[in-house]
Amino acid sequence: MTRRLAILTQVWARRDFIRSSVKREFAARWIRSQLGPVWLVIQPLATILIFTVIFVNIMRPGMPAHDSKFAYSIYLCAGVLTYNLFAEMLGRSVVIFVENANLLKKIYFPKLCLPVIVMISSLMNFAVTLVLFCGFLVIAGAFPGWVVLAILPVLAVLVMFTMGLGMMLACINVFYRDVQQMVQVGIQFWFWLTPIVYIPATLPPRVADLLHLNPLFPVIRACQDIFLEQAMPDWSTLAYPAGAGLGFAILGIAAFARLQGEIADAL
Amino acid sequence: MPCDPMIQISHISKAFRRYRRKYGRMAEWLGLGIHHEPVWVLKDLSFDVSPGQAVGIVGVNGAGKSTLLKIIAGTTRPTGGTVHTAGPVSAVLELGMGFHPEFTGRRNCHVSGQLHGFRAREMDALMPHIEEFAGIGDYFDQPVRTYSSGMQIRLAFALATARRPDILIVDEALSVGDVYFQHKSFDRIRQFKQAGTTLLFVSHDRSAIQSLCDRAVLLDEGTVVRDGDPESVMDYYNACIALGENTSVTVTPLASGKYQTVSGTGQAAVTRIELLNRRGKPAEHVGVGEPVTLRIQVTVQDHLETLVLGYAVKDRLGQVIYGTNTWHTGQVLHRPAKGRIYAFTICFAANLGPGSYSVVTALTDKDTHLTANYEWRDLALVFTVENMDKIQFTGCAWMEPVIEVSAL
Repeated sequence: MTRRLAILTQVWARRDFIRSSVKREFAARWIRSQLGPVWLVIQPLATILIFTVIFVNIMRPGMPAHDSKFAYSIYLCAGVLTYNLFAEMLGRSVVIFVENANLLKKIYFPKLCLPVIVMISSLMNFAVTLVLFCGFLVIAGAFPGWVVLAILPVLAVLVMFTMGLGMMLACINVFYRDVQQMVQVGIQFWFWLTPIVYIPATLPPRVADLLHLNPLFPVIRACQDIFLEQAMPDWSTLAYPAGAGLGFAILGIAAFARLQGEIADAL
Repeated sequence: MPCDPMIQISHISKAFRRYRRKYGRMAEWLGLGIHHEPVWVLKDLSFDVSPGQAVGIVGVNGAGKSTLLKIIAGTTRPTGGTVHTAGPVSAVLELGMGFHPEFTGRRNCHVSGQLHGFRAREMDALMPHIEEFAGIGDYFDQPVRTYSSGMQIRLAFALATARRPDILIVDEALSVGDVYFQHKSFDRIRQFKQAGTTLLFVSHDRSAIQSLCDRAVLLDEGTVVRDGDPESVMDYYNACIALGENTSVTVTPLASGKYQTVSGTGQAAVTRIELLNRRGKPAEHVGVGEPVTLRIQVTVQDHLETLVLGYAVKDRLGQVIYGTNTWHTGQVLHRPAKGRIYAFTICFAANLGPGSYSVVTALTDKDTHLTANYEWRDLALVFTVENMDKIQFTGCAWMEPVIEVSAL
């Protein structure tokens, strides 16, 4: 236990490294680009605008029990933007050791810094998206008010689940690089296995039951509840992803503890 | 020993796993038996380094030097055994320091420093010193991808030594830098050493090891083969490199506390060696600039095609001051008779600074001892040079000056 705490103090001692690495990650994206940070805003803005233009003005799908013409695009955005956070965090944490091979081989430092950097920069990215999305909700007259704060515990569950899974896969990926390819494919499948574009009620009951196996389903639905229904999510449904997240986090730490000696050699 | 060791290496071993099949590792994870063979790089290695000691690690490629340093630096874990370091370690391992190619040297230094646990403010304060020491001019603010390998190592070394560490590890890296930078970095290492830094230094450069280190450790196939004063260890190492069939290496302790290494096939041997002073008498002490004669008797023990005698005069640290051989002077002996004794008389002026010197002899077939080494004899003779009749001077060479002073 004291050793675990020692690692945390070592990570804390490197807080400046974490801060500048996060900065560097953003800067690396814009290096040699003229608009720089503007791109951080343009991308999520484009997603929101496209969904709104297409589904409010062109396709106009209806949402049961919702009159607002924005209902479906809010539903879609709530799911897609959250899923993007999941995809970004998972995709980046799976290559965390491979991409930082150069550092890991040359300098001794607590490896925990690396997932922390991924987590912080993904969350910062998401924060920008979230602010834009809330702005859109205000304009559409559909801002949920204080309920929006319920997103924080939901995100905590999502982060724990994703980082735990990501760390476990990252350890395997050092030895079998197929994992990072599989994750990219998996992220696409998982997207369609989660009710983001479609509504669970439209599924045949037997298939709908299977959805409950998907730990992302309650997380995404919590977001849809918050932004579309403007209601608190059903917290009890989050127990499953939180438990799965805890399980993956423990597995991830165990995998790392067992393999870290070999990881440095295999890179 | 008055104080606790700075680095304590006890029973370190390191094995890399070699898997016979691609999925062997996965099978092992799932608990389906053992599918790898360990490849041992370090085997039960133990030694202590006391504070302020400078230790050179030598050995052929693949002897385990770099792996050992990586384990001490913490970037690799040992399979067995423990390493205990009593202070922060700063390491310059191979090329670069995990620099990001797109960012400037300045920015990379910032991030690397923080990775070592420095605060951003501390790095700001150190930055001018790093920039000054690296001496790469405008490149400091250019992306690292535009750097030459020499520049990268300059930056890495400047960064690693920005603040005096308790333990400094340098892995061959400095050989990439130019001569000017090497001097500069050796000076800094010497300063650190004087201030109490413990140094671990890997190099193939004999003179660097002998001038910087007060101890050398020779590794071979993952074990410590010799551990002692740099000159004796380097002599032994040098002899081992030339080791071929029918070659033996013997190490004899001398009265001075050093070790004489004699290696070779023994097909020819130096049976007598003496230094004669200007009066033709054998002498252990000679004066600066005195004309002396080195007389060497060689007994041929076998049928040889050619015989070359080489000799070198070395200073107290084992650095070669002068050396040549009869190949270069065009005096190769062809088909020397078996059983005969040949005398070589070498006259030269002892234009050396005051101090202790040694003579090393080599009997070979060509200009190096790598093709055939009949005998290599380190510390074949030891003599001292004293300043008896010359002006006061320092250094290892006597270069008689003519100084004119005039008012303009």
